[in-house]
Amino acid sequence: MIPIVYNARSMMQRPVSSSFTAVGIALVVAVFIAMLALGQGFRAALARTGSDQNAVVLRKGADSELSSGISRETARLLASSPHIATGADGRPMVSPEVYALIPLPRPRDTTSVANVVVRGVSEQVWTVRHHLQVIAGNKPQSGRLEVCVGRKLLGRFEHLEIGGTLRFGGRDWNVVCHFSAGGSSFESEIWAENEQVMPVFRGEFFQSVTFRLTDPGVFDDAKRAIESDPQTQVDVHRESTFYAAQAGIAGAMLSALAIAVTSIMAVGAIFGAVNTMYAAVGSRTPEIAVLLTLGFRPWQVMLSFLAEAVLIATAGAIVGALLALPVNGLVTSTTNWSSFSEIAFSFRITPLLLAIGIAFGVVMGVIGGFFPAWRAARLQVVQALR
Amino acid sequence: MKYFPLIVANLGRHKIRTTLTILSVIAALFLFASLRSVLTTLRTNAQFGGARRLVTLNATGLVFTMPVSYANKIKSLRGVHSVSWANWFGGRYGDGKVFFGQFAIDPESYLAMYPEVVMPAEQKEAFIRERTAALIGRRLAERYGWKIGQDVTLQGTIFPGDWTFTIRGIYTPTNPAIGDDAMFFHWDYLDERVGRWGQAGWFIVEMDSAGAAGTVAKAIDDQFRNSSTATKTGTEQAFQASFAGMLGNLSLLLGFIGTAVVFAILLVTANAMMMSANERTGEVAILKTIGYSDRTLFGLVLAEAGLIAIVGSVLGLGIAKAFYPLVKFNGFGFLPGFNVTAATMAWGALIAVVLMIASGLVPALRAARMPIIQALRKVE
Repeated sequence: MIPIVYNARSMMQRPVSSSFTAVGIALVVAVFIAMLALGQGFRAALARTGSDQNAVVLRKGADSELSSGISRETARLLASSPHIATGADGRPMVSPEVYALIPLPRPRDTTSVANVVVRGVSEQVWTVRHHLQVIAGNKPQSGRLEVCVGRKLLGRFEHLEIGGTLRFGGRDWNVVCHFSAGGSSFESEIWAENEQVMPVFRGEFFQSVTFRLTDPGVFDDAKRAIESDPQTQVDVHRESTFYAAQAGIAGAMLSALAIAVTSIMAVGAIFGAVNTMYAAVGSRTPEIAVLLTLGFRPWQVMLSFLAEAVLIATAGAIVGALLALPVNGLVTSTTNWSSFSEIAFSFRITPLLLAIGIAFGVVMGVIGGFFPAWRAARLQVVQALR
Repeated sequence: MKYFPLIVANLGRHKIRTTLTILSVIAALFLFASLRSVLTTLRTNAQFGGARRLVTLNATGLVFTMPVSYANKIKSLRGVHSVSWANWFGGRYGDGKVFFGQFAIDPESYLAMYPEVVMPAEQKEAFIRERTAALIGRRLAERYGWKIGQDVTLQGTIFPGDWTFTIRGIYTPTNPAIGDDAMFFHWDYLDERVGRWGQAGWFIVEMDSAGAAGTVAKAIDDQFRNSSTATKTGTEQAFQASFAGMLGNLSLLLGFIGTAVVFAILLVTANAMMMSANERTGEVAILKTIGYSDRTLFGLVLAEAGLIAIVGSVLGLGIAKAFYPLVKFNGFGFLPGFNVTAATMAWGALIAVVLMIASGLVPALRAARMPIIQALRKVE
């Protein structure tokens, strides 16, 4: 086998062209990882929103909370379902919710507004949903115009500090707490008591009812029982799949964009790698002849050149992965078109994503090195030695 | 010009390398043109809006409705020429997965206010006359093969149940920002089926003159300030711009990607140029010996890089310009009127020039400055 040191030293002989190729690959890998991290972050925010153990009930045919409506009567019927878990206080763990969008002015750009979700929740919601935590202040008290603000909204809009006053729906609301929700899209919402929010928005209707199942396994039974009741006219969704499905169009668009952009970029970078390797083979024709004369088999020569291309690509890919790392955790926002609301989310770089990015770089090296290596292996010794 | 054959001959020596370099320039400029066009299309569409049109919304938010009786009150205000209204329907087609924009409108007043929505006069008449008639965009007709006279059934998500409409008209928008994939039907039919609820999603207000936007908007909002449902009125342009704003800081992201792409390709091209110059050190020496001036050699190498940049950019930009209209790209309906503008082509050309200078400069300088003696040493 031709030692890898030979390739490493050859690379050093052509520092400029090797490093240009590597940097080209690095940029492609960096953009690739960053764009996937964007899509990943968006989907993660929605996927984490739901729990397997919860069910969401919407009006029959409604595909988002925005288009749904559930009467008080139906909500009462639902609350008596035997599949609902009972909380420590002996009451059913259920939260009939009002869902509305309000326009909040962006602090830096007064001409545009963002549509932010206001959710009216029951007192039980803090136990029904997982990962909820009040990080500052105290929960809103029943009967008062008080709101709790999701962590991701802080700093993006004004008047959200504790003690601040927020005006929407024709009333003034006191901000009494901030909450976190495990990175989910709830962190982009404003929560208040459902009975306070209902009259200022769309009248005597809830938009959804969320409840904790006695056990994740009883979901199918609960769904069958509730949907077959002619009095209710509702659809029952598992909370986790419901919110994951809400990623819909926006999630698909982010992925499509990532794939389209990086594949075109990758083609350009691969051509660069091919050029570099052809030049490497061309300028080292006599060396290759010597290697062949020494008794190395053509496939060994081919492998050696392929290894060189992969070496350059791997170096580039690792640099690219490092370049992409700083975007991890960066918060950005976009509208979730399924619910028309703006949600903030973080770029999310996982170890798996880094591995995929580096693998992508290595594959570019293999493709870029293949034909030049093939040519090297097929050199005629006599001709080459001339 | 007499050196042109020499330049071409030089490029032809490494056919694979030249081809690959040109291809990567094509890829870069195609991508650049595409990304920039997303931004310009968004910007153009955000600026759409009749100068004389205002939009009145419920002050509580986009998704809340207002009593349709407001229309008459608005109409009686000074400076208002006419009023129309619409509702978002949000139905699904087929197996319940397919989605496109559907609007319940007051047909006569709405179409009078939007001369940009164009269709044959008899279709317009047929649409206005029939309660359950629908008007669809050309793209919808092509996508689903819908014909005039055909019944189409949607599943309502906001308004439950099956809704069947008869297609009576197919429109083509004169302004691409309107989109050719929407469906319009009678607001009255919607209102009747949901039990005469009498609610409008938004009002479109046409003013007597474009200059009075501020005062008319204020007059409308003052009128309803103390009623059960307060309103918020703004120009149609601001209304459109708010949708573009919903995409968040996408433009920053696309700009960043575009820069990375151009930079990556610059490296590839510069690399190829340097390699080919390196291999020809000996030739440069010979050319100098037989009397080629330093300046000519400088020009020759630069022209070689320039030819690659020009061919690559003309093809890359040309393909982008031709490709998107060919596939009728509209970005899943988010980018109606997607177009590679002349400004984008100009920027692309500018990038090509910079590419040429950046990638050719170092090798060209080296060729010009190289002492003959040293260069000839390499020729054995």
